[in-house]
Amino acid sequence: MKKYTYTEKKDTRSGFGAGLLEVGKKNDKVVALCADLIGSLKMDAFIKEFPERFFQIGIAEANMMGIAAGLTIGGKIPYTGTFANFSTGRVYDQIRQSIAYSDKNVKICASHAGLTLGEDGATHQILEDIGMMKMLPGMVVINPCDYNQTKAATIAIADHHGPVYLRFGRPAVPVFTDPDQKFEIGKAWMVNEGTDVSIFATGHMVWKAIEAGEKLAEAGINAEIINIHTIKPLDEAAVLKSVAKTGCVVTCEEHNRYGGLGDSIAQVLTRNNPVPQEYVAVNDSFGESGTPDQLMKKYGLDTEDIIKAVNRVIKRK
Amino acid sequence: MTPDIDKLTKIASQVRRDILRMVHACQSGHPGGSLGCTDYLVALYFHTLKHNTKFDMDGKDEDLFFLSNGHISPVWYSVLARSGYFEVSELATFRKINTRLQGHPATHEKLPGIRVASGSLGQGMSVAIGAAIAKKLNNDNRLVFSLHGDGELQEGQTWEAAMYASHNKIDNLISTVDVNGQQIDGPTDAILSLGNLRAKWESFGWEVLEMSGNDMSDVVRVLDLAISKTFKGKPIMILMQTMMGNGVDFMMHTHKWHGSAPNDDQLALALGQLEETLGDY
Repeated sequence: MKKYTYTEKKDTRSGFGAGLLEVGKKNDKVVALCADLIGSLKMDAFIKEFPERFFQIGIAEANMMGIAAGLTIGGKIPYTGTFANFSTGRVYDQIRQSIAYSDKNVKICASHAGLTLGEDGATHQILEDIGMMKMLPGMVVINPCDYNQTKAATIAIADHHGPVYLRFGRPAVPVFTDPDQKFEIGKAWMVNEGTDVSIFATGHMVWKAIEAGEKLAEAGINAEIINIHTIKPLDEAAVLKSVAKTGCVVTCEEHNRYGGLGDSIAQVLTRNNPVPQEYVAVNDSFGESGTPDQLMKKYGLDTEDIIKAVNRVIKRK
Repeated sequence: MTPDIDKLTKIASQVRRDILRMVHACQSGHPGGSLGCTDYLVALYFHTLKHNTKFDMDGKDEDLFFLSNGHISPVWYSVLARSGYFEVSELATFRKINTRLQGHPATHEKLPGIRVASGSLGQGMSVAIGAAIAKKLNNDNRLVFSLHGDGELQEGQTWEAAMYASHNKIDNLISTVDVNGQQIDGPTDAILSLGNLRAKWESFGWEVLEMSGNDMSDVVRVLDLAISKTFKGKPIMILMQTMMGNGVDFMMHTHKWHGSAPNDDQLALALGQLEETLGDY
């Protein structure tokens, strides 16, 4: 098992904030919008540097999506910022008609996704957003794994013409990817090469997959771990290449098991190379209040849950 | 320059014929609101807008128009074709398979003149505001126009946009509401009353004008007046009184023709009331 270490923990939303500032400096077409959550989205640095390119919309997410669509007419590249729940479910029809169907170059940047939002509870913990967004034709869906990768993704999406959903989170998590990485949309990242099982993980679950991989290695199981930071378009070639070697799959996501990464992988497998698959995902339920760690444990998204899933799936080979 | 009201009126007559023939040919679509808004759209495209029929999505240094109540697509398509965005013969494809003239306006098939999809109501004002902001960022002094249905104002997003536009002094925006008092299920007063629209828009901080939307002289006059009020710190709202089905006697004074097509006899009767001025497509 390749060794991964970290010296600090940082929140992925801060990676977004840092990336937004940097892409704002690189590209003067980039503008930012926020629906009354500047602090939570870490947009302060961009606003300080580019006050004339920032738009405070107020608590009106539907209007924010429409204004973002309009800003693209005139060549701007708008980045909208609010919680994942209010970036998707609340404004699905606005995104569908004014952005996706209209092929508008809007970057929907969504923080506090999933259970790790924590104490605010289920009203704010969206677990359905990946599914909703990946169903929209033409929408790119990205869920990076740490601060550095979120920063790199935030910068990279400006160069992709078309709508993007960028999903990140609230809590501080290990920073283990390269600070100077080049982010390639749609290109899976090989975390660890292995032969016994393919673990496809996205977002916060990538670090947990690494932890699981280390424990599995101690037990003699050589896990291949792949970071699927781009859920759509999915790197099908990387998925198929891996399963051809390992013959079984575990998918890991901080999302409902319906409609998320696991379903995307399953579709590739059923069409090409059906092999056993186990899901590490929320089992069709809402979340609740609690600390991120408590919630991940209670809802079956912990390192131990990945290990159990690997043991189950290997038996099914 | 004195606008040629007679010329605009003649164009409007032809556009009304186009609307009826398009809706009749596919036996679907929304003639009522289209007929009611014909004079406004003709005045806009043939008198008011500084625009380029060689379509460019960004529309820099052009006036832009957004149709929020997308179901009145027939009138918009006719006006776009008659002003040169595409061949008038293409109007015959309205709502038919493989057409660029979708039931509701869309950019997906790349029909020149359309900048955003509409149809799901309440979204157009937000988009228009975004485009207006982009113009300001680009130091582009042209204007943004938008049209909305009165029933559409029941969608809450409109009021989010209304609040935003005045707070942020979006004063290069001229929005118009088609006040015909009708929606699919009946009169707006019976379905969900809109109350005092002038008072509502004024209290939201907009400059409010009123227009008699089926009187071409008044439409031209009020659009000119609205332009004179731009760049003065307030967004502009024109409350446009129209008659749904205007131009065809049996289609007026009812909501029945909001979303239904005439049969052969009804079409003949209707066309008999509208002069063919530019040649049918």
